[in-house]
Amino acid sequence: MLLQTLLPLAEALPASDPELVVEESHGLEIGQHFYWHLGQLDLHGQIFLSSWILIGALLSIVVAGTRRMERKPGGLQNLLEFLWDYIRNLSREQIGEAAYRDWMPFIGTLFLFIFFCNWGGALVPWRLVRLPSGELGAPTGDINTTVALALLVSLAYFYAGLSRKGLRYFEYYVEPTPIMLPFKIVEDFTKPLSLSFRLFGNIMADELTVSVLVLLLPLFVPLPMMFLGLFTSAIQALIFATLAAYYIGEAVHEEHG
Amino acid sequence: MISWFPLAEAPVPEGGLFDFDATLPLMAVQVVILTFILNKLFFQPVGKVVEEREGFVTTSHKDAKERLAQVERLERDLKAQLQKARQDAQAVIAAAEDEVATLYKTALAEAKASASKLREQARADIEAQRSVAAAALTKESRQLADLIIQRLVTI
Repeated sequence: MLLQTLLPLAEALPASDPELVVEESHGLEIGQHFYWHLGQLDLHGQIFLSSWILIGALLSIVVAGTRRMERKPGGLQNLLEFLWDYIRNLSREQIGEAAYRDWMPFIGTLFLFIFFCNWGGALVPWRLVRLPSGELGAPTGDINTTVALALLVSLAYFYAGLSRKGLRYFEYYVEPTPIMLPFKIVEDFTKPLSLSFRLFGNIMADELTVSVLVLLLPLFVPLPMMFLGLFTSAIQALIFATLAAYYIGEAVHEEHG
Repeated sequence: MISWFPLAEAPVPEGGLFDFDATLPLMAVQVVILTFILNKLFFQPVGKVVEEREGFVTTSHKDAKERLAQVERLERDLKAQLQKARQDAQAVIAAAEDEVATLYKTALAEAKASASKLREQARADIEAQRSVAAAALTKESRQLADLIIQRLVTI
């Protein structure tokens, strides 16, 4: 039944070869970028454009909400305080009472930035803006962004461990037994890898699914997938922030006894 | 720049999903800057307000607890005072009742004593008068008897 409704639509598309459809129809532009050249450097312009718009939105909400702070919060201040409390609980649970204050802004920024990028990518009608090549979308749907974030997390937990415990930080590698040493070293590589690919894969896959559905069956059919996408996006932001906090907490954790 | 994936090996960037370039470090720098900005604009001010409020709530709570404790202490004191006053009053009443009872007993005893004394006296008076009267009666009856005998003898 569904196939019968799908077939005429597929035939109506400009080309029957799906690869060609992707290249020519401007419906799906995977792996195409709007390049900026900065001297010798290549930049993905669409990522920066959308991230600046979303960071601008984030900052304007923050500025509007903290302009007149009162002891009895209302409106935006209430929302911001809820977010603050949420982030504080998250970082306190994962990092621990002793060190969470230093890392709360970093964890919070990761959470808010990823959350805004994910939801912004799904909710803002980017297609209204035409770029010469590529298209605007979630900045977290680009591998560069997610790897950048994941590497920042790696740097952060190394810095957290070293600044808190000095060279004793490396005791962590042989903590229960020295047999763990190779695994813990491998972990230092798998942590950023899994962080970045999880986020990238989820957001990318969600955008792809929605675009393909929109291409095949416009209007109401992609809606459930879009809602699911919003859900995954929020979850991914939470997962990324929680894992980052957990890694930092692991690095600053003091063995007692 | 940092392109090691075959898709991006060409001098003119061809794109691709895994196209690493200067976007990566710049995005990292951008996020670090955003962290500092958000720290100044969001985390510090909101944290200050929330913690001030938490402090306010804690202090108010402590104050209220202290006041409640004071009220309870006062209530206890007053209750104790009331109890004592009641006991005192009870004691006073009992003492007064005791006194009244003693007074009553004394007065009764006195009254009884004086009454029995009066009765004794009255009885003694009656006894004396009766014996006087009896004596006078005996004398008179003897005189009468003598008179009767004289008359009879004279006849």
